[in-house]
Amino acid sequence: MPESLAIYAPLLPELIVAVGAITLLMYGTFRPETQAEAVKVGWLAIFVLLLAGGTIIYYGEGTQSLFTSAFINDDFARFMKVLALLGSIFALMLSFDDFKDHGIMKFEYPVLVLLATVGMMVMISAGDLIALYIGLELQSLALYIIAAFRRDCIRSSEAGLKYFVLGALSSGMLLYGASLIYGFAGSTDFQVIANAAKGADVATNLWLIFGLVFLLVGLAFKISAVPFHMWTPEVYEGSTTPVTAFFATAPKVAAIALLMRVVLGAFPGIAAQWQQIIIFVAIASMLLGAFAAIGQRNIKRLMAYSSIANIGFALIGLAANNMEGTQGVLIYMAIYVVMTLGTFACILSMRRDEQSLEDINELSGLAKNNLPMAFALMVLMFSLAGIPPMIGFFAKYYVFLAAIRAELYTLAVVGVLASVVGAYYYLRIVKIMFFDEARDPFQPVRFAPGVIMTASALLMVGGVIGLGPFVDAALVAANTFKF
Amino acid sequence: MISFSNSYALSLVTFMPLIGVPFIMALADDASGQRNARWIALFVTLFTFALSLLFIWYPFDRNIAEFQFVEEVTWFGEFEYKMGVDGISMLFVILTTFLMPLCILASWESVKERVSEYMIAFLVLETLMIGVFCALDLVLFYLFFEASLIPMFLIIGVWGGGRRVYASYKFFLYTLLGSVLMLLAMMFIYWNAGTTDIQDLIKNTAENPQLFPADVQWWLWLAFFASFAVKMPMWPVHTWLPDAHVEAPTAGSVILAGILLKMGGYGFLRFSIPMFPMASVELAPLVFTLSVIAIIYTSLVALAQEDIKKLIAYSSVAHMGFVTMGIFAGNTQGVDGAIFQMLSHGLVSAALFLCVGIIYDRMHTREIAAYGGLANRMPIYAFCFMVFTMANVGLPGTSGFVGEFLTLLGAFKTNTWVAFLATTGVILSASYALLLYRRVIFGQLDKPKLMSIQDMNVREIVIIVPLVALIILFGFYPSPILDVTAVSVKNLVANYEAAIQPGTALATPTLPSSSDLVAPTQLPITDLTTQTP
Repeated sequence: MPESLAIYAPLLPELIVAVGAITLLMYGTFRPETQAEAVKVGWLAIFVLLLAGGTIIYYGEGTQSLFTSAFINDDFARFMKVLALLGSIFALMLSFDDFKDHGIMKFEYPVLVLLATVGMMVMISAGDLIALYIGLELQSLALYIIAAFRRDCIRSSEAGLKYFVLGALSSGMLLYGASLIYGFAGSTDFQVIANAAKGADVATNLWLIFGLVFLLVGLAFKISAVPFHMWTPEVYEGSTTPVTAFFATAPKVAAIALLMRVVLGAFPGIAAQWQQIIIFVAIASMLLGAFAAIGQRNIKRLMAYSSIANIGFALIGLAANNMEGTQGVLIYMAIYVVMTLGTFACILSMRRDEQSLEDINELSGLAKNNLPMAFALMVLMFSLAGIPPMIGFFAKYYVFLAAIRAELYTLAVVGVLASVVGAYYYLRIVKIMFFDEARDPFQPVRFAPGVIMTASALLMVGGVIGLGPFVDAALVAANTFKF
Repeated sequence: MISFSNSYALSLVTFMPLIGVPFIMALADDASGQRNARWIALFVTLFTFALSLLFIWYPFDRNIAEFQFVEEVTWFGEFEYKMGVDGISMLFVILTTFLMPLCILASWESVKERVSEYMIAFLVLETLMIGVFCALDLVLFYLFFEASLIPMFLIIGVWGGGRRVYASYKFFLYTLLGSVLMLLAMMFIYWNAGTTDIQDLIKNTAENPQLFPADVQWWLWLAFFASFAVKMPMWPVHTWLPDAHVEAPTAGSVILAGILLKMGGYGFLRFSIPMFPMASVELAPLVFTLSVIAIIYTSLVALAQEDIKKLIAYSSVAHMGFVTMGIFAGNTQGVDGAIFQMLSHGLVSAALFLCVGIIYDRMHTREIAAYGGLANRMPIYAFCFMVFTMANVGLPGTSGFVGEFLTLLGAFKTNTWVAFLATTGVILSASYALLLYRRVIFGQLDKPKLMSIQDMNVREIVIIVPLVALIILFGFYPSPILDVTAVSVKNLVANYEAAIQPGTALATPTLPSSSDLVAPTQLPITDLTTQTP
């Protein structure tokens, strides 16, 4: 490799995915338009993502920045990218069978997932406002199409349209905020913004804070935090289930990472200002997620509210504004991704007479028909509820630990109370599966969902033994930010 | 061999029940598979009991107050896997391993559906319960403490009675609600004391009662109280218990009354008293009030019950009132009595629920009015039930007497009125227990359905006889229990009394990291203001 190209080495994972996406697009165009071919493209896309992930793990070290620090590659970025890649990989794996059932397995889907993943990776590595926006839009545009991918289904089209309109609105707000911040700091670079924001008091920072608020509104939309969560249940319900599984994992990781980059990287000087916002958003998300999910009968809507609540819990770590909190968010998101993928693998296995079922009462008496699946889903539900010894408990443990460190007692108490309310609806699923009368059995669990739900459930139970290296990795990643 | 038993005894006993789980899972789901599941579960629990006697009860040194069989492995982050027992916790481990085979036997014929899952739930539950009493790390304790909700939730919900769903939810959510506040308090302790090691925390707080300042102790105490009071359960957060007991299958009730409730009392002894002594003494009147209300009110409620299990459930709440009263009396008699009462109640209430299970299996009703005159056809049963009723009343010569007497003695030393009011509970317990006994056992055998009722079979006698023997043995000869608890309790009470001395109560708050004692004479006068009552 020539010297001049070597400086782009930190960009290698992104390049792999981007080049892979374009190559697969070409490949798919020249191949016959069959579902079998599309699945082949899908597996190639997974290979590309694995290659990118391997590159990150084996060749990444230290902190490098490119393009006048618009692109930052550090421990934090690597941790989050691996997580986002895992989300993409497993969400793709879940999609093949289901898409084939609906006759929509087209090669564009894996390509769009790859493009969205490039966007996420750019978001995670964003070091200035321009990179932030480029990454965000690259991801979002791909997601809008994916949401409406089952285009002959009216609910799916509706989901895509809603997502697009509201997403465009939030992007507009975000851009407006970015312009205000640029106007204040004279630069789009996070580092410069951080220096400009430091030390100035509220009166002189007023426009900066205005800009920050708009920026946070845009990002709150992307992580579906209350009060910008309204699209979530609709899009989750309307999209086909594998797409929902994708939405619930990788993009959330990227958006949270971006939020952390912004508030911890660009605005540490006015922490007191954004902390209030994050605390409010966290409390509102946890409470709304917990209470609104109680009345849901559709399991995808239930998972939508569950993800809203989970984002609220993750934000507790961010609100704490300390190293433990950052570590907590990283741990939380990682465990959240594993739990969510496992749960969606179970949801995808709710099939009877070639029909996908979404009503939670269809799970009735599952323990009598299919004990392994019922057991896996039970473990996942207890984990989502944060009951030890499932590792979902440790996700919550670390963020609350950080909140106590930061003396945010009210936030912590509200949080644990919300988790008790949340436990109610997770328990309801366990109740339906184990206590209620059996219905007709589901069709046998297919290979990909079976593997994912088994692995996920085993991690929930057994993960507690080997959590050490993972917690250490999160700590290393959290060390990227200075407090 | 000796070194082995010393270093891994607790982990061995704790995780031994899990060995049975894969074997049961591998069984086919037919009649022979169900039979094998029962035998495997029985064998594993008996083996665990034998191990616990051999490796814990027998080598336990009754002359030292320190934790024994301590194991320490760094786990991850700041946690460690640390186990150990002292005189306070050791007997609860034995109680758990002792009751478990009886539970399996009691479910032998009454559980016919999903037998292997049932046995797995019980084996997992046993591991978690033993873990609670052995854990010497706050997070590890919480892990076991909370995790025990899951199998119990399933046991009540899957194999329970008519309103099982309601009861299981109530049980789970009530307990969870209390526990999460305790979790936050544990986190606070970690940040302020720098460790989650229970042994170190007890040592540090004993050396420096001001490790947590008085006002902080107050909040921490309340957070722990929220969890343990629900678990205990104390009035007015006891309402989950009657529901859970009534709906749970017999073995579930036995475990619930015999062991799960004791986690609350154990928690008070392990955390509240040694770690927050000042708050404990300050809030003792609250505990006394709630205990006395529990003793009198729930005894009266028990009098009015028409359901046998509900009656015993309310009587459990009343008996737990004696335990909390004894613990917070804060003297040797009170604490000794509380532990004794918990162990005795673990045997007596377990036995009573087993007795109810025996007639429930025959008649499928728990209505008191459906029975009467059982003495005519079930003499052995009537005798055993009488022993348990007397123990429940607290008749001298049964284990129930020793616990009640000691806790009342302890309370008397601290507060005469509390002891006086609590004593009325003894009278009330006699009235409801004897009333129950009369209505079920005595009288005319005139109900047509009862005419053909059979006395206890061999399996049931095997379950009941050890309980009869132990209850009478400990009634006449309580030393096997008191010898174990004595030194640890003495140490606990000595530290507690030292901590609440007026002199030390005025000690300056020192830095959490420092364990040096600061002599009161060196105090700057300004620090006194925060401490004056």
